[in-house]
Amino acid sequence: MKPGHGVTAPREWQRGRSGLDVARIREDFPILKQQVHGKPLVYLDNAATGQKPQVVIDTLNRYYSTENANIHRGIHFLSELATVEYEETRNKVKRFLNANDSQEIVFVRGTTEGINLVAHSYGRRFFKEGDEVVISAMEHHSNIVPWQMLCEQVGAKLRVIPMNHDGELLLDEYERLLSEKTKLVSVAHVSNALGTVNPIRHMIELAHRRNIPVLVDGAQAAPHMKVDVQELDCDFYAFSGHKLFGPTGIGILYGRARYLKAMPPYQGGGDMISLVTFEKTHYNVIPFKFEAGTPHIAGVIGLGAAIDYLSGIGLDAVAAYEGELLQYATAQLLTIQGLRIIGRAKEKASVLSFVLDGAHPHDIGTILDQEGVAIRAGHHCAMPVMQRFGVPATARASFAFYNTREEVDLLVRAVQKVRKVFG
Amino acid sequence: MTDLSELYQEVILDHNRSPRNFRRLKDANRTADGYNPLCGDKVTIYVKVEDDVIKEISFEGSGCAISKASASIMTDSLKGKSMAEAEALFDKVHKMLKGELNPGDDSHDFGKLAVLSGVCHFPARVKCASLSWHTLRTALKGEGEITSTE
Repeated sequence: MKPGHGVTAPREWQRGRSGLDVARIREDFPILKQQVHGKPLVYLDNAATGQKPQVVIDTLNRYYSTENANIHRGIHFLSELATVEYEETRNKVKRFLNANDSQEIVFVRGTTEGINLVAHSYGRRFFKEGDEVVISAMEHHSNIVPWQMLCEQVGAKLRVIPMNHDGELLLDEYERLLSEKTKLVSVAHVSNALGTVNPIRHMIELAHRRNIPVLVDGAQAAPHMKVDVQELDCDFYAFSGHKLFGPTGIGILYGRARYLKAMPPYQGGGDMISLVTFEKTHYNVIPFKFEAGTPHIAGVIGLGAAIDYLSGIGLDAVAAYEGELLQYATAQLLTIQGLRIIGRAKEKASVLSFVLDGAHPHDIGTILDQEGVAIRAGHHCAMPVMQRFGVPATARASFAFYNTREEVDLLVRAVQKVRKVFG
Repeated sequence: MTDLSELYQEVILDHNRSPRNFRRLKDANRTADGYNPLCGDKVTIYVKVEDDVIKEISFEGSGCAISKASASIMTDSLKGKSMAEAEALFDKVHKMLKGELNPGDDSHDFGKLAVLSGVCHFPARVKCASLSWHTLRTALKGEGEITSTE
């Protein structure tokens, strides 16, 4: 192990079939060189937030040091520069998602705000009493609560697609839930608590046969696999910048142009208008109609750097590498006596949720932390999922392309230590 | 000081494995539910108060070793204590968990509760240890609300 550096491993087996040079990639992430409680940091909480490559940190620094100005307003040099970079990122996101047009890319604070935007704007315009919104049993609270709030306001009903004990959605039940009352389907691409990759392309097709639009919560998918909104044929797709190795406080809502055009603004203010008098206000065109006030300009530009970085590595290679890592970690964890993995779907990505006989996940988290291993312990903002599996909480290790097999081994060793403490 | 063995002392592990007074108290006249939304720990405290004295006290719930042991030791420590004594002990425990009182100091008699002193070195776990105490306070005040650590 190099002094002062975190975990490294022989390049030949790190590359695996994916061809990723993980040892070199790790050099791009300054935080990974840290020690925690005197041990090399093993960061396995990527489903909560991703670490930032130096290029993202440098981009934020450069923006604030040399380009800071408000956008879409000034006629001075800096304002034009910032505006160009900001709109350039919109084009990057368009290419990243293979959207048809950059006007379909709305900058929001994160996935949560993206979903709330649709619930408020689309929901209030198109939902009426007795209508239904269909979500799934494995949603994050951010894809449950906005719909409950909408239902309460307009007298609509929330319908929930059930799942089996492996954590896979029951598609027959899903089809049965779809009716002329269904005004929207909103479902996670990848479950943050279970790691399940949902067959959303098929689910979208089933909804579209009945002319029902579909929103996809892509928070856990976009950092780990290629997302093509045209191929998926989804109507909305939301994800967060910070999980995609970009800054916090910035996210994306993709919306099909014809829906965005039909939707009323979400918030009122500057930039979202074209003409204001006290008698009447004319709203700006999409996507600006949904971007009231000064946006998180630095965040947008930082996200652009993160997208460039991730695209440079290639999401197909990332998915292949993380798939191998997940398989290895699953096999290694299952060697531990009394350990049970929650979420055994055939299609999984990046997330390993587990419980251990005799040790509460919270205690697992503390002991792992003392070993330098950062995981999440708790209900993962998915309390109905915990209820479904009859556990109060789980311990969750979640991976990114910079994690290694050696880190998985350290995780396993730390969990063994938990077993020792709790006998 | 942030040694794991200081947090997971044998007494704590023992109370976690076999919590004392872990049952519903049928003739309780004060009860309250406590909940930590961060980690999902839940506790219900049952108290039977007569003439201002805690005659019986028990708890139920699910949670980590720290929250379970803390509730278990609390119930053990409070049986027979007056309401005022319980309130005074709450203040002392609260200070100990925040690292403001050292149980090693002779002037404070913490008894078995001293095993929880290591918690103050694990800030993320202070709420686990204090949940049952906050819930007890709600129960004794008879407010009947759900106590949240948030």
